[in-house]
Amino acid sequence: MSGPTPTVDAAAVSPWRLVVAEFFASPLAVFGLVLLVIIVGVAVFAPWISPQNPYDLAQLSIMDGRQPPGTESLDGLTFWLGSDDQGRDMLSGIFYGLRISLAVGVLSAIVALAVGMVMGMVAAFFGGWVDALIMRIVDIQLSFPAILIALVLIAVLGQGVDKVIIALITVQWAYYARTVRGTALVERRREYIEAATCLALSKPRILFGHLMPNCLPPLIVVATVQVAGAIALEATLSFLGLGLPITEPSLGLLIANGFQYLLSGRYWISFFPGVALLLTIVAINLVGDQLRDILNPRLKK
Amino acid sequence: MTVYLIRRLMQAMLVLAVMSVLVFLGVFAIGDPIEILIAADATQREKEEARIALGLDRPLIEQYWVFVQNALQGDLGRSFVFNMSALQVILQRFPATFELAMVAMLWTVLFGIPLGLWAGLKPDSFSGKSIMAGSILGFSLPSFWVGLMLIMTFAVVLGWLPSTGRAEPETHFGITSSLWTAKGWSHVMLPSINLALGQIALVIRLTRAGVREAMLMDYVKFARAKGLSQRRVIGVHVMKNIMIPIVTVLGLELGSLIAFAVVTESIFAWPGMGKLIIDSINLLDRPIVVAYLLMTVFLVIFINFAVDVLYSVLDPRVRLKDAGA
Repeated sequence: MSGPTPTVDAAAVSPWRLVVAEFFASPLAVFGLVLLVIIVGVAVFAPWISPQNPYDLAQLSIMDGRQPPGTESLDGLTFWLGSDDQGRDMLSGIFYGLRISLAVGVLSAIVALAVGMVMGMVAAFFGGWVDALIMRIVDIQLSFPAILIALVLIAVLGQGVDKVIIALITVQWAYYARTVRGTALVERRREYIEAATCLALSKPRILFGHLMPNCLPPLIVVATVQVAGAIALEATLSFLGLGLPITEPSLGLLIANGFQYLLSGRYWISFFPGVALLLTIVAINLVGDQLRDILNPRLKK
Repeated sequence: MTVYLIRRLMQAMLVLAVMSVLVFLGVFAIGDPIEILIAADATQREKEEARIALGLDRPLIEQYWVFVQNALQGDLGRSFVFNMSALQVILQRFPATFELAMVAMLWTVLFGIPLGLWAGLKPDSFSGKSIMAGSILGFSLPSFWVGLMLIMTFAVVLGWLPSTGRAEPETHFGITSSLWTAKGWSHVMLPSINLALGQIALVIRLTRAGVREAMLMDYVKFARAKGLSQRRVIGVHVMKNIMIPIVTVLGLELGSLIAFAVVTESIFAWPGMGKLIIDSINLLDRPIVVAYLLMTVFLVIFINFAVDVLYSVLDPRVRLKDAGA
């Protein structure tokens, strides 16, 4: 923007700045981004901003159990969103739950992205039987419902945080692999790859140094959607009692916990963690939708 | 066409074989079933005898071979909990799950296609945009939470519909179903809507995309030029062309409905296979877990295969492309 001419030449501006400018053109996407920043902030700083440490049993009193929103506890703490059966402040429980849900979702998405990207690029770059084998596995895996694959893995591996993350990675890597392969097939024929090959650079260097950076934009879109999917799937597994253990209660477990009280009208134990889960997923999807519109050249006018 | 069929069938068999190895090794090779089956105070010798009687002393490959031979004869082991053939326990629960999935499919077709058609014909109108916004919600809402909210709204607050269970099935004209009675429908209403929401969102998007694409085609312009009414252009010319992908996806989604019924059945205490598998995983009832997983995998593979074949029968373009390849 510091150029001498007042009108900025589009070609001179870095593409990332254009993406940012275009992103902020949609109020809905900006709303999603703001929401997402708040949610991530809450998750990261949960131990410092929660009114109570929900897993320190010394701070809990069973006498405070199942209080409706707005009730004051025996210690003088106000349960803005009510309390659960253990006398735990729901707001604090949700802050800590968000932390766990987001951590599991983001971690599994990153590993799945790495695995999927390498597999997709290898398939596109080498072609032939390698390509056929990898893509056949992807096709077959995508033909199964995600929850069925997760169930098979949980039944086989057993329960626990690491097992859930493995299940989420296994469910998701195929989406990344397919997306990367599509992009890489196009990019492989570009001049810069030819130039790199002519310079006799090593294959790993061409793959990771030259091909990979150019395959990233569509992956970012898939990744945002997949993080939302991972969080929802983890919540579903936890709700079914097959996900995270009770010592690390994610949002899904909080919701499951409140399920038994729902029928007696004590809605808040399930309702508020559900709202937190919902806001997280919607925020991620709003951001992802806008990114897709920006980064997909076919949708450009 | 025959070559394609055979190749496709071979692939389906291979996938089933790989899945059976995975499930068998995973569920049977980890941990020791003897510890669960035999009383804790049994002597070492009694345990050894039981191990030999059950064939657990043999190498895993041999155990797997025995398992496959039994499985091909329809014997997937006996449930530890029900003390019945695992397959039989599952087949008993299958009609309830199937019924739930079929009603969900009915809602998907009844709501998804007309709403998608509307959104496709009037993409810029307020109603069209609202439908699309609603479909985004249908995608992003976790279905188990929607289920809880449905219970809270319609069962707890309004008290219109029962929240759990399935009505006693009745048999008429050789079909046993709980849907013969009004009570049956009231019970199936909430779970089936819960199960259908995601699918409705999907079908709305598919139909809308199909309609928008078809409306620009020459055959629509030609039909208009012939002076046909809007109703006939859309009802006959457009619908005929967009139905093939929609029917295909609906077929494929049937497997998804049956798999996702796990969640819905757990929430609404619907006595189907899905609730059974969750209970069995928690009770370590391995034969049931293996039988359920293999049967669902088989169902999904079978449905995908049938849809693939149907697709190439319905759409001559696919058939021609395959013959040329």
